[in-house]
Amino acid sequence: MKTIKLLVAVLLFSFVGITQAQTADEIVANYFENTGGMDAWKAVKGIQFEGAIRVQGMELPMTMVQTTDGRMMTKAEFQGMTFYQGVYDGSVLWSTNQMTMKAEKMDAEATANMKLEMNDFPDALLGWKEKGYTLEKLENETIDGTETFKLKLTKEPAIVDGVEVPSVKFIYFDMDNFVPIVEEEEINAGPGKGMVSQTKFSDYQEVDGLYFPFSMMAGAKGQPGGQEIIIKSIKLNPEVSDDMFAYPEQK
Amino acid sequence: MKTKHLVLGLCLAALSFESHAQDVVLKGKELFGDISARQIGPALMSGRIIDMEAHPTNPRIIYTGTAGGGVWKSNDGGASYSPIFDKHMQSIGQVAVDPNDPDQTIWVGTGEIWTRNSVSIGDGLYKTTDGGSNWDKIPGFDNSERIAGIEVHPSNGDVVYVGVLGALWSDSEDRGVYKTTDGGKTWNKVLYIDQKTGVADLIMDPSNPDILYASMWEHRRTAWNFNSGGTQSGLYKSTDGGATWNKIHNGFPAGKLGRIGVAVAPSEPNRVYAVIESEKDEDKGLYRSEDGGANWKKTNGDFSLTVRPFYFSRIVVDPKNPDVVVKGGLSGSISRDGGNTFKPLGNMHSDIHDIIFDVNNSDAMHVGTDGGVYRSWNGGTTMEIVNNLPLSQFYHISVDDAEPYRIYGGLQDNGSWYGPSSSPGGIEARDWVRVGVGDGFRVLKHPTKEILYSEMQGADNVWRYDMERNYTKNVKPLPAKNSADLRFNWNAPMAVSSHQPDRFYMGSQFLHVSENMGDTWKVISPDLTTNDPLKQDKDSGGLSADNSGAETHTTIFTIAESPVDQKVIWVGTDDGNVQVTKDGGANWTNVVANVPGLPANTWVYHIEASVHGAGTAYAVFEGHARGDMKAYVYKTTDYGQSWKSIVTDDIKSFARNIQEDYVNENLLFLGTEYGLYITVDGGANWSHFTNNFPPTAVHFLDLQKRTNDLVAGTHGRGVIIVDDISVLRQVTPEVLAKKVHFFDTKPGVMVEEGGFGGGSTELQFVGPNPGTSVKIKYYLQKRHTFGKMSMTIQDMDGNEIVKLPAGKSKGINIVNWNYTGKSPKLAAAKTFSFGGFTPVRVQAGMYKAVLTKGKDTYETTFEVKNDPKSFITNTERDAQYKTSQELFSVQEDLAYMVYQIDEMINKGKSAIDNDKKAARAAQPLIDELDALKITLVVTTGDNYVGTAPPQLREKLSSLYSDVASSYEAPSAAQLDNIKLLMERFDTAKIDFEKIKAKRLGKFNKYLEKAGMEAMSFKTQKEFIDSQE
Repeated sequence: MKTIKLLVAVLLFSFVGITQAQTADEIVANYFENTGGMDAWKAVKGIQFEGAIRVQGMELPMTMVQTTDGRMMTKAEFQGMTFYQGVYDGSVLWSTNQMTMKAEKMDAEATANMKLEMNDFPDALLGWKEKGYTLEKLENETIDGTETFKLKLTKEPAIVDGVEVPSVKFIYFDMDNFVPIVEEEEINAGPGKGMVSQTKFSDYQEVDGLYFPFSMMAGAKGQPGGQEIIIKSIKLNPEVSDDMFAYPEQK
Repeated sequence: MKTKHLVLGLCLAALSFESHAQDVVLKGKELFGDISARQIGPALMSGRIIDMEAHPTNPRIIYTGTAGGGVWKSNDGGASYSPIFDKHMQSIGQVAVDPNDPDQTIWVGTGEIWTRNSVSIGDGLYKTTDGGSNWDKIPGFDNSERIAGIEVHPSNGDVVYVGVLGALWSDSEDRGVYKTTDGGKTWNKVLYIDQKTGVADLIMDPSNPDILYASMWEHRRTAWNFNSGGTQSGLYKSTDGGATWNKIHNGFPAGKLGRIGVAVAPSEPNRVYAVIESEKDEDKGLYRSEDGGANWKKTNGDFSLTVRPFYFSRIVVDPKNPDVVVKGGLSGSISRDGGNTFKPLGNMHSDIHDIIFDVNNSDAMHVGTDGGVYRSWNGGTTMEIVNNLPLSQFYHISVDDAEPYRIYGGLQDNGSWYGPSSSPGGIEARDWVRVGVGDGFRVLKHPTKEILYSEMQGADNVWRYDMERNYTKNVKPLPAKNSADLRFNWNAPMAVSSHQPDRFYMGSQFLHVSENMGDTWKVISPDLTTNDPLKQDKDSGGLSADNSGAETHTTIFTIAESPVDQKVIWVGTDDGNVQVTKDGGANWTNVVANVPGLPANTWVYHIEASVHGAGTAYAVFEGHARGDMKAYVYKTTDYGQSWKSIVTDDIKSFARNIQEDYVNENLLFLGTEYGLYITVDGGANWSHFTNNFPPTAVHFLDLQKRTNDLVAGTHGRGVIIVDDISVLRQVTPEVLAKKVHFFDTKPGVMVEEGGFGGGSTELQFVGPNPGTSVKIKYYLQKRHTFGKMSMTIQDMDGNEIVKLPAGKSKGINIVNWNYTGKSPKLAAAKTFSFGGFTPVRVQAGMYKAVLTKGKDTYETTFEVKNDPKSFITNTERDAQYKTSQELFSVQEDLAYMVYQIDEMINKGKSAIDNDKKAARAAQPLIDELDALKITLVVTTGDNYVGTAPPQLREKLSSLYSDVASSYEAPSAAQLDNIKLLMERFDTAKIDFEKIKAKRLGKFNKYLEKAGMEAMSFKTQKEFIDSQE
């Protein structure tokens, strides 16, 4: 039933979308409607992704778990070792040091900034108004050869190197079907500082009534190359336990 | 199932768009898809800076507005910069930060304001409200050409004043001071003098936003003259927010005035400085007022204060100390006594245009020059260059046929250089070789010898440079007895012949030819210009003489010998003649009268003699030096008897250069003031190429014949390369009508490289390499968003070698493959082993790329070749491949054995945990397996200095990665080592079987008795394919 509704919506919008001006609100509403419906999105409590990072011929298998209460965990297994990246239990953010393979806490600033993202799952746009974010529609743009609506999402400011900086994301929605196909964000720390990161979404597929991109191409805007993250399976509302996210004092 | 429905639905939706696809035109952004340009700099000499701007409170943030490279932002206190204005006109006049919203709201006025002969143009005013991610064009300034001042009210960001300098080469009403009170929606012109007089400087009193100072400058450039000054120039002040203005000249010099720069001391706003260009030399210099401009007193008239006012008029006062004043100039100078005396700034590139102080620390300064940005930490005495601003301003570019090919060119005020199109680790500063000084223009490589020709302004020197011996000879043509004085353009033309390698042409008003690389010269034409004495003014500059030679006119500007017939030579002149000879110079015909729709005497900027016919040529004319900003591009196929315009309204600005494709006559590349345009249908439609190619002024284009790389010499963003444009030869309406179309894949060459490169730091610009991967190119009619899509590389029997990320954009997609397959799966251990990251390289031969999109598959075949320069034999290669494959398998065999060992140990341990009695059967099994395992893999330590001694896995893996990443057959040492390790593995296999035979049966029996599942293992294939 949902699929039929979606199908109709997609067909419908592929005709009306281009000619009619859309407000930011309408674009976001259409996006959630076309990808499973607002209620279904709001019902999500957590998601487990199984996938891999593909670098030329090599695939690094990884598992990612995220929950609506803001916890997250990414782990990869390779040559018999497990390493964790960006694991957050709501207060401590940690990763595995690849030299010692031991857990180490991330710095206070990164942790504080992560805390700001706690309410952004499964999608920062879900209930953006209630979160106090601002959303602005910019001029339409052609990206990936495709006409898109471009929205600017401003979240709580982050702290970088001791200074408050705005947290802004640009999201490009395919005019034909209102799903995001590209996201951009200025890189504000680390060696890529000042450059714009760009993630391209494709291979949208359905999982229990919701649509997810099964391919994400991440790179720097304007630069060729990048890394593809492929999703092999998605599990909605997986069972999670506290120790999946907790910082292992002696790990 | 549901997904299929959706995909079907989308296909249906796509089908309904098919009708639109029918009338598809060959233009637009999607035509180029993934074809992305490569910006290779160089940044070591950087380029001209116009305006610098500091954040009012955060010293980490600095903006730099450049002459031809857009706006760059530093957020690390000036250590490095990133571009933030790449979609818009790259010539910048002014950058202003809104003090009310300094992190987000920035204004940019385009069009450089230090009006030398070679300046580019702007196209108006822009504003961002998100720190530079997106820019809105503010209406009302389309014809402003140059914006010299932007002042934002300190407590109301909606109130903004803009000073428009305006058109340099023509009359214009778009000049003067404009004011908005609604953030830029509407504007009032609040100060206007006349069509010749624009705003050179606009300053707001920092303590009172209603007080403004505006210097008005009467000036005009032509192609042959510059005039600074007149009766209309003057300094004005408003004390009522721009409503009324009064001249404030009490104490100013008498007579005509020229360019005036103004500065207010932020810490003492009644202290105002003005640097004045005036009629009498003794009056010129710095003036100071202590009463907000009511009265003025001259403080200093030294050279550094009076030099070239049109180029250097910026004065800046230390924000904390009213006595510290800095002035731009040939070297830049600083006063610490209120402008009475000055000393030069520290050693840096000459021609200083702007200076800013750190808002908190006046010892820290950032200085914009003709050669980039410099920073000082000791008040301007020691200067260091910013190394990552690739703003180089090329006048010309050429390429040779070396491998990798080299790129040659000359730059504004930065000499002449050549550098490689690729280099190990990227194209670094150290890869560039200087081959000329002064202003550099053409640099042409001898077609067969390691010799090049370079020049400096006005052909003051013409160097023949021996690249192998680092030896130069000046081979400039000179007037002989009874000949006229030679008039060389500032940017004097040179040409080499593709027919006679030692032939070398130069153009003054005559065409000179040498058959011996410049040793002796012959004049083979009469004066080919109009020789109009009105355009041969020797007294340029206006109030300040400026006879640099930059305005020498009625000269030859372009020379082209036909690549088809060496007797056919084309010459274009700056005063609008197109001359052609069909007999090597004996007879000349001026064919410009045959060009339809071209205003008389329009500068002939470039003639491209075609490879497609002896009588075929392209001519690019441009009239910007008289205010005509239209593109004029024509083609002839009959030696100039008739010409056809090949430009359309798609082209936004004037053009300087055209490059034809050597294969497809309809494929043309046009260099314009607003970036690169491409046509695939002979000029019926033009598309702006914007993929990593900002709309910077493209002065010259060249096409490398072997690689089909289009190389652009830009005047502000260095060298920009569009790698291998050959795919555009295949773009036709038929292709665009298909859903998916594979273009022909150029054979991939597995270049044998194993050197080292990369000596640059994080703060140094490094140009990217093109890479040596094979590039699989295909066209998608629609972006792939829903459902699965992937690409695999297969051998001709359909065996999968590797999966690759597929491009999914509408338009042309490019997928790179580096000739390798998967990496082996290694045994689980306590540390990483490098072999697990090393794939086996394929052998030369034919391969398939298979695209799976939903249920459909599409495929193409292509060839992979060995490096033709290699010294390695096929037998050696076969041995390398075979051994790599064997070691690959052995490692996976070992991994499988370790997997089984781990399974048994784990099962044994969990059995004991369950029931202590299990130990009898399980413990000996565990112990023996453990003893075996520690000889197979590392089980302790870490990945750094806590590492344990390597075991079989680590030794095999290291050996494998050495062999697999090599191109040669394994060495004798490697073969011996393989034998040793294989023997060790064979022994381990025997031991493993022994342990199993001896202990596993008992353990299984226990399991059976305990009601537990018997030991079972995945098959080796299942294990290899599994994720963990």
